[in-house]
Amino acid sequence: MATESKTGVAATQVYEVYIKASPQSIWDAITSPEWTVKYGYQGAVEYELRPGGAYRAHSTAQMQSFGLPDVVVDGVVEEADPPRKLVHTYRFLFSDEMKAEGFTRVTWEIEKVAAGFSRLTVIHELEGAPIMAGMVASKFSEQGTGGWAWILSDMKSVLETGRSM
Amino acid sequence: MVTYNRQVFDDDSVFKALADPTRRFLLDLLFKRDGRTLTELESELAMTRFGVMKHLRVLERAGVVVTRRSGREKLHFLNPVPIRVIHDRWIDKYTERRVSALLELKTELEAKAWRQSQKRA
Repeated sequence: MATESKTGVAATQVYEVYIKASPQSIWDAITSPEWTVKYGYQGAVEYELRPGGAYRAHSTAQMQSFGLPDVVVDGVVEEADPPRKLVHTYRFLFSDEMKAEGFTRVTWEIEKVAAGFSRLTVIHELEGAPIMAGMVASKFSEQGTGGWAWILSDMKSVLETGRSM
Repeated sequence: MVTYNRQVFDDDSVFKALADPTRRFLLDLLFKRDGRTLTELESELAMTRFGVMKHLRVLERAGVVVTRRSGREKLHFLNPVPIRVIHDRWIDKYTERRVSALLELKTELEAKAWRQSQKRA
């Protein structure tokens, strides 16, 4: 696991959150469009859950009104072991500049812990993608939204209370 | 399991972890560059290895630092999610606008005090 890119930004980021939900519910929240429209960027995802299968994240109508394309993130599934582990590549298509950074890799790990809780870990390998590394690490809009911390916090909120933040 | 739950799932452990300047300094170090070993972190602090380990354990128990193995090395990563969860639950609730207005007031008053001290000097 390489951890330092040329820019000094860490090339691998790790995010972890404990959610009071079963591994299966968390798996569904990650992989099914019915769930992904409820939290984070609220775009629908498409996963072909087999090695070599396609991954696509669609923009919302609002994002499209700002001129963003229909598919804003794409990638290829490398490993799908429901409801424990999902690995896929991940590329931003928000702009030509981001598209040029190419594919990074996201690993989702779900583990049942105690008292109805599960631990969700997201490992994002961002070698050679400094723009994306900056975006997923921090809040980047005036509303304070964006990045894995915000997405996972919102996913936790939706799974535990049924409401987005 | 109760103790485990308290450690892992309570906001208390996050507040406690943040309530120490050395631990906040360690988080700032990881914010600047993630995925560091104990030896790397230790070199930035005037403290024994054991002392740094103790602080890292508190941060790990609160979930704001997570570790991953890479070969023979144990790497420490800043995990901002628990802080984000607290932010979403508490700061948002008491309106960010009021907080930022107070911060602006503080900055303005401090700048004024500084200008006056410069004039006197």
